[in-house]
Amino acid sequence: MKRLLKTLKGLWSLVVGLKITGVELFKPWLTVHYPRQEVDNLGGYRGHIELMPAADDPLTARCIMCWKCVEICPSRCISLRMHAKGEEAGADPGLLLAPEVKSPFSAHLAPPPDKIERVLDSYRLNYSLCSLCGLCVQSCPVDAIRFSRNSYLVGTTRQSFELDLLARLRNPVDASRRRDQNARA
Amino acid sequence: MIAELTALLSHPLWRMIAALAAVMAFLAVNGLVLLYAERKVAGFIQRRPGPYEVGPHGLLQPFADAGKLISKQLVTPMGADRLLFWLAPLLSLAPVVVCFLPIPFSPVLTGMDINLGLLLILAFSGLNTLALCLAGWGSNNKYSLLGAARAVAQSVAYEIPLLLAVLAVAFQVGSLDLSAIAAPQTKGLLSWNVFVQPLAFVIFFISAVAETNRAPFDLPEAESELTAGFHTEYSGMGFGIFFLAEYSYMVVVCSVATALFLGGWDGPVFPGPWWFLGKVFALVFALMWFRWTFPRVRFDQLLNVCWKWMIPLGLANLAATAFLVKWVH
Amino acid sequence: MPQDVTSRLTGDYYTAQFGPRLSEEGDTLVLNIGPQHPATHGVLRIVVELDGEYIRRAEPVLGYIHRMHEKMGEVKTYVQYLPNMGRVDYLHALAWNWAYVGAVEKLAGITVPPRAEYIRAITCELNRINSHLLWWGAYLLDLGAFTPIVYAFADRERIMDILQLATGSRLTYCYFRFGGVSADLSDEFVRRTRGFIADFRKRLPMYRGLVTDNMILRGRCEEIGMLSPEMARRYGATGPVLRGTGVAYDVRRAEPYSVYDRLDFEVPTGKNGDAMDRYEVRMEEMSQCLRIIEQALDALPAGAHLTPDLPERFTPPKGEVYFAVEGARGKIGVYLLSDGGPKPYRVKLRAPGFSNLSLFAELARGTLLADAVSILGSLDLVIPEIDR
Repeated sequence: MKRLLKTLKGLWSLVVGLKITGVELFKPWLTVHYPRQEVDNLGGYRGHIELMPAADDPLTARCIMCWKCVEICPSRCISLRMHAKGEEAGADPGLLLAPEVKSPFSAHLAPPPDKIERVLDSYRLNYSLCSLCGLCVQSCPVDAIRFSRNSYLVGTTRQSFELDLLARLRNPVDASRRRDQNARA
Repeated sequence: MIAELTALLSHPLWRMIAALAAVMAFLAVNGLVLLYAERKVAGFIQRRPGPYEVGPHGLLQPFADAGKLISKQLVTPMGADRLLFWLAPLLSLAPVVVCFLPIPFSPVLTGMDINLGLLLILAFSGLNTLALCLAGWGSNNKYSLLGAARAVAQSVAYEIPLLLAVLAVAFQVGSLDLSAIAAPQTKGLLSWNVFVQPLAFVIFFISAVAETNRAPFDLPEAESELTAGFHTEYSGMGFGIFFLAEYSYMVVVCSVATALFLGGWDGPVFPGPWWFLGKVFALVFALMWFRWTFPRVRFDQLLNVCWKWMIPLGLANLAATAFLVKWVH
Repeated sequence: MPQDVTSRLTGDYYTAQFGPRLSEEGDTLVLNIGPQHPATHGVLRIVVELDGEYIRRAEPVLGYIHRMHEKMGEVKTYVQYLPNMGRVDYLHALAWNWAYVGAVEKLAGITVPPRAEYIRAITCELNRINSHLLWWGAYLLDLGAFTPIVYAFADRERIMDILQLATGSRLTYCYFRFGGVSADLSDEFVRRTRGFIADFRKRLPMYRGLVTDNMILRGRCEEIGMLSPEMARRYGATGPVLRGTGVAYDVRRAEPYSVYDRLDFEVPTGKNGDAMDRYEVRMEEMSQCLRIIEQALDALPAGAHLTPDLPERFTPPKGEVYFAVEGARGKIGVYLLSDGGPKPYRVKLRAPGFSNLSLFAELARGTLLADAVSILGSLDLVIPEIDR
């Protein structure tokens, strides 16, 4: 008798299950129907890093070339080239500081950028290696890099993931057009 | 012209051939429609769109799927028994066409006037079991073998409650002819057999789910345990034919259920065949609903349900029906 | 097929080892539930000897996703090792984050501000709910139900959006730092978390009705994989696997860390140690996580989210330390041996899944193949964590 009751209770549980999925059948979709709809939850999203412009000149990066981001990156994604003012651009890869040498402006209170006697030639990120850990962002003493919100970065070749961040800073229109092109491709 | 056609169709052989051709067309269209319906129902139950891109609202998706399946290379696995391997899908699909002949879509629209319609259907749908067995054995794959072994045991076991449920209705009406069984049910809603023999309907439906290898009884194709069971090694159209055969069997058993229990072509306003198809697709929807709700039953539990619950209940139902029929007469 | 052809086809080291030791009783079949399989949660390979449907022997073969995390710990500095922790077990990444930063903080004597402690607890518990939801969906997918995983992922999306507000990531979080967390919680985070808690409390009864009370599921889970406390202790099983047998061992109670001694929550246990008990323990743990998050949100103090006085080049003193936290799968342990330099001398990661998986060989003996799949699912394994 107890077994019969248990079986009937079990059969009723099956009906309850059917009722639940039957109700769910008529509820609206939960998925975002991209590309007809866009996602709206990109607050705080960690896209690839981007350079911040200097306060006075939006085409110059705030970077003081202290190399802290390069050193701390666990995957060695970041590479930058610089030259001292007065020398030719790109002549040599720049002053590579040995790890135990403190860079001149590496205290947290860094002087404003116009006292720096170096010029940034290129700042590249190898996004294929980046793990979005944020150590570079937090270690920059002048807040020169931040996470972008670029969630639509697509590429068809490996080279398209080697991002030239200085070019992106200097040509924001091109950057966004590039983004749209990539999204459509 | 019309008179000649009617005269031609009254000849049983020509009628059968015309019916077979019509059934094959129906099965092809049915495969496409059910494929789309299954994916859409699955999508809506899971609160997502389902197919959407190919054609408006994904209506051309089945054509894309069919095109993909047809265009794939037919690979015979190494060491497989070539004859058995490729015979299996054909053996799975071919008998289904015959199964549609006795089904009464309306008093006139019946493929074949045969007084052993039910027997024909049960016999030919049993060939599906053989097809699964050949598929599993001929694949030279341990997973397929396990899947086939499960499939055979399951199919054979569930033939019996199926038969018992059907026999109960046959006893009640006194004939194995589906048209004769469907005819007395046209006197309004309450004359449907499901109200006279509800237990037989439940037993029949559950056995139908098991016979067609649909969830929750889909162990032979248990994806998460055995990769794909008996049809692991089939690619392209081999798989396509199994697929088509499964959907066709679904329609067969639902049609038999409609004719036996749900009044066949009975219904107001619209002509008979539309009501018949409507009921058939309502039952097919119920099958899909089951699939997307319940987890899979374990194999020994499946057989337990059959031997310890379905068969005793079926026998009791049959005995009660026989007693009542005898007593009333 | 003739024997030599078979060995040519499948003659790798493990099947070759298995072959000569086939049991004498009856005709058995060696089946390889290979690394690519829908039901093994990650790349796990199990070589199974079947007698019909019954398993005579089962041997898991590991190493298909060994990524040398412990070696990477020796060549990266302490700070550079942080992103690795999110990848060991990506489903409960914040617990692994916590185990590592907790170990380093214990070694170097770094204090964590109280706000950061509460933030850690909130985010870690949200991540635990995420992990259990995915386990639930994947377990039911193994058992053949195709919809619960989609419902679970709908809830997971909400949590992932919430955690993205604070951490910026959706799965492999690198959020904790030595001495706190990398970013503070915003008001929107608090608001959305409270909203989620209220909604999730209403979803849990739906899960119970759809799945937990379902007769078919009970048939698949009850009395499957019965584990006794002695056997669990022998293998070192922890987490819901151990708590399903009735032993109420939870690292948050046994060795309290951070703010867990101030929070009021229950540790659910089972009775028989079968798969159903482990299932119920995890479902109940989700409700307890909600309680913890609510209390932590109510008690969240103002203040800094990161210790401000961390030195630039971080070198902890010489010594060794072991720190354990309660992850979704069990007790996560990190052992650090420091020689005073900028990089650790040795990092040892204790993954709970390794001990839980080692039960499987003994548990699966004599069961049906379908039951073995159910047992494997109920152990909640994440193979990348096991292989590291």
